[in-house]
Amino acid sequence: MIARALLAAFVLALVLSPASTARAERLIVSVSNHRVTVTPNYSGEELVLFGSVEKDASTPAARTNYDLVVTVSGPRADMVTRRKERVFGIWINTDSRQFLQVPSYLALFSNRPFDAIAAPEVARRQQLGLNNVLLTQRVGPDYADVVPNDPFRSAFVRLRSQHGLYREETSAVTFLTPTLFRTGIPLPGEVPIGTYDVEIKLFSDGALVTKTETAFEIVKVGFEQFVANAARNHGFYYGLATAMMALMTGWMASIVFRKD
Amino acid sequence: MQLYLPIADLPVNVFLILAMGAAVGFVSGMFGIGGGFLMTPLLIFVGISPAVAVASVSSHIAASSFSGALSYWRRRAIDPALALVLLSGGTVGTGLGVWTFTLLRSLGQLDLMIALSYVILLSAVGALMFWEGLRAIMRTRRGAAPLARRSGSHGWIHGLPLKMRFKRSKIYLSVIPVVVIGLIIGFIGAVMGIGGAFILIPILIYVLRVPTSTVIGTSMVLTLVTMVIATMLHAVTNHLVDAVLALILMVGGVTGAQFGARAGQKIRGEHLRLLLGLLILSVGVRFAIELGIRPDELFTVRETGGAG
Repeated sequence: MIARALLAAFVLALVLSPASTARAERLIVSVSNHRVTVTPNYSGEELVLFGSVEKDASTPAARTNYDLVVTVSGPRADMVTRRKERVFGIWINTDSRQFLQVPSYLALFSNRPFDAIAAPEVARRQQLGLNNVLLTQRVGPDYADVVPNDPFRSAFVRLRSQHGLYREETSAVTFLTPTLFRTGIPLPGEVPIGTYDVEIKLFSDGALVTKTETAFEIVKVGFEQFVANAARNHGFYYGLATAMMALMTGWMASIVFRKD
Repeated sequence: MQLYLPIADLPVNVFLILAMGAAVGFVSGMFGIGGGFLMTPLLIFVGISPAVAVASVSSHIAASSFSGALSYWRRRAIDPALALVLLSGGTVGTGLGVWTFTLLRSLGQLDLMIALSYVILLSAVGALMFWEGLRAIMRTRRGAAPLARRSGSHGWIHGLPLKMRFKRSKIYLSVIPVVVIGLIIGFIGAVMGIGGAFILIPILIYVLRVPTSTVIGTSMVLTLVTMVIATMLHAVTNHLVDAVLALILMVGGVTGAQFGARAGQKIRGEHLRLLLGLLILSVGVRFAIELGIRPDELFTVRETGGAG
């Protein structure tokens, strides 16, 4: 009985909490699939994120021109960007920068260009656009993000973009009605495995109104998971199995194609 | 048909990989080599990272050399004693090679080292083989008898201590050069993702004077064992062997090799050497051009781990 009363109070608090923050709007979102499974015939997928802007009594009636920015970031990892230079007539890797715990997949979608949504300083603070996303580099002993036109940073973003792993589309979010919206989240075939965070930010007249978060995960299942797991955790047996497989294949071939 | 590779982490077209395996298998069957020096660059070309390509190709070569070694064994064309001595060096060399591979990978110079060693080794071996084949053809054109240079030249190698009799090859030789050759082949095989037969066979013939009747079969045994060890070590230390990729390559490779072997029997020996030399040389030159001209993309991105 007491437990039920507590639960009721908790639910009540949960329902009331957005209102108590004095925000006039609430975002309700969902992803079409919270668990993307990588199977042998996986070659990329497109998820759909849809949602609506819920207004309440305190919302200014005139406010209808909403802007929306969706940020999808994949599992974080350390990456190294290297630059080739000509040394003794051949091109070899010389200089490098390490990017610390940067998203392996990063996509930013909005309904119109970022500079039309918010002023530059707001865009920077809210990390709108690939130029404004924080990508921490190790520069000697320091940890910092650098200016967007830094050659290593722009090369990093460009190379990730070429593989479809970093993307920014300023017309991907469509408002079906003034408050109902949807956007596609394209995932290329070589997408990293892991948990993906989706952050949805609602802007109006250049200011952040509210934001919400959701997530989905990409997992290897069945055979793919078995192989990847075996390779990583049981290297010895995996190697042994692969070597045996090689010998079996070779032996089979010598039987099948036996001439003498 | 697209298939997702669990270790390389990208989808590939199965028929493309099968066809590549079969094409390389054809060449390897024709010349009696493993074909790793063709397979690894092809895999890198379709977008598989050099590290995964090198590690996976080693198991592919193990498969094709095992099927070859079995048929040579039936024909008694393998010298077990010579193979064992070569292996004692080859095993150590492979271990050193995988260790170097891991080290270079952490330094970010693996791609450069693979490219550089391809340029140097392939251009040199290819040019030599091409030249040798050309001269042999010229000699037969002129109607002169092929030079019989099977006297006891290369005095210093034959003067080394620790001599041993290799019965089936009918040679009496010091074990020192044999072990050293095994070591070198094992090392470059593990680093470059090649079997090394195309280097080993000329060395065995011209330096150690191993008769042609046992040379291919014996070199296949060395290739087989070093590649099995390389597969194991790559799997244990770098976790980069893609078994699915390897299986597709093997199936294509062993099939192609059978047809290649049949085609190879119809071509004269010196023409075969000329062709192989040309092939090896062109792969080497291609790598040289790539190193020498300004690349379209000066930057590369590589994950260094620390996911989480």
